[in-house]
Amino acid sequence: MAAGEIRSPGLRVTGTVLLALIFAILPLPGDLDVGRPHLLLLLVIYWALSAPRVAGLMFAWFCGLAIDLLQGPLLGQHAAAFLLVAFLTHKFQLRMRIFPIYHQTLTVFMLLALYEFLLFWIDGIIGQAVTTWMRWMPVLTSTLLWPFLVGILDTWNRRSR
Amino acid sequence: MVTLSSDSRPIIGRGPPLGASFFFLAIVSITLMVLDHRGNYLETAKMWMGMATHPFYTVVQAPFDFWNWLTGSFADRSKLRAENERLTEELRVARIKALQFESLNEENRRLRAIRAASQGIADRTLIAEIIHVDVDPFRHRVRINKGAEDGVFKGQPVLDAFGIVGQVTRVDRYTAELILISDNEHATPVQVNRNGIRSIAVGTGDVNKLTLPFLTVEADVKPDDLLVSSGLDGIFPAGYPVARITKVERDPSQTFAVVEAKPMAQLDRAREVLLLWSETKREAAPETTPQTNPEAAQRPVEAPQS
Repeated sequence: MAAGEIRSPGLRVTGTVLLALIFAILPLPGDLDVGRPHLLLLLVIYWALSAPRVAGLMFAWFCGLAIDLLQGPLLGQHAAAFLLVAFLTHKFQLRMRIFPIYHQTLTVFMLLALYEFLLFWIDGIIGQAVTTWMRWMPVLTSTLLWPFLVGILDTWNRRSR
Repeated sequence: MVTLSSDSRPIIGRGPPLGASFFFLAIVSITLMVLDHRGNYLETAKMWMGMATHPFYTVVQAPFDFWNWLTGSFADRSKLRAENERLTEELRVARIKALQFESLNEENRRLRAIRAASQGIADRTLIAEIIHVDVDPFRHRVRINKGAEDGVFKGQPVLDAFGIVGQVTRVDRYTAELILISDNEHATPVQVNRNGIRSIAVGTGDVNKLTLPFLTVEADVKPDDLLVSSGLDGIFPAGYPVARITKVERDPSQTFAVVEAKPMAQLDRAREVLLLWSETKREAAPETTPQTNPEAAQRPVEAPQS
């Protein structure tokens, strides 16, 4: 994408979200799918921080709903969890943006843990809880992915601005 | 540090307050979840929204289809011939078996008519292909490429060439989701083929293992016994192979024996599965009968047979 071609990040947001949705159902070899990072959630956090006007709560909610449709047993479960994460991100947006990267990663880790816990809790309510500790793997892998994602998307954003 | 892009002014102070929209959307999500879980009110809405997800499945599936097409078109002649010979041989064997089957089937039908049994015999089948997508790593669910358009309904039994695979839990327009018999929320009513003892085979979350928790220590089961579906749930037709017993452990101080079985169907390998419409199902309105509710079948409600 040529520099200066796109003013609004809307297209970039849409593009990354579509890729993340594909990534969410892409078959991974072997047991790797247990640790599949929540790429879409990371993107929601990232865009909520860097383009909050485009990526509002409604945006996050619809992303969650898409995940529900693609893989959830229950409609609205991931939507609610995405909403909570987006709300907290927006709430602490100004602070989170100036955090040094390790501090930011830690915050993202906590958001992800909260997200996974909310999913776990709703699963429990509807009586379909997955209780293996492997369930928490994506929190770890997603956290590790965060610094790289920020690095890549920041570079891209700076180019296309 | 996240860069400020051109319009990174916070949304606070613009539009509805953050807390208000959060509250509103949270209420909407909770309403959705309750409606979806409690009453299955959203089946139709889900089916239509599911259509929007179809392009994603197509995109993910495309490379696999392309690879299949490629290997298919460039397979060499000798390989095709060998395959052809093997298939002809298999077909011959199957034909002979089918001859026997025909007469047995007829006899069975007559006997059933005498008993006025309610379990129907499979009437119509359709081959569906498992789509290469990961639904959820912790649940044994898979997606197939047939949906409501092809007449698939919720609670429909699904088989492969070796036995029962599972049942349909969710139907979209062009795809459907299956729960495998090895999912730990699935229970299949079974019967020991040798002596007709009825029990329930519960999934364990391991594709190679089912457990039968309701067999007493005195129950006459032994390793290598074949378990077939008993048809008592009104979902799976009676008499299809489900699993083979692998382990029986009897501890006299316990009430129930520890019995494990290995599913007959190739749950982790099968690419093609068979959707089944039985005779009784055709008469009943598919989506309104309580029998087709998989929730009912997934709970082991039936008392253990001792």
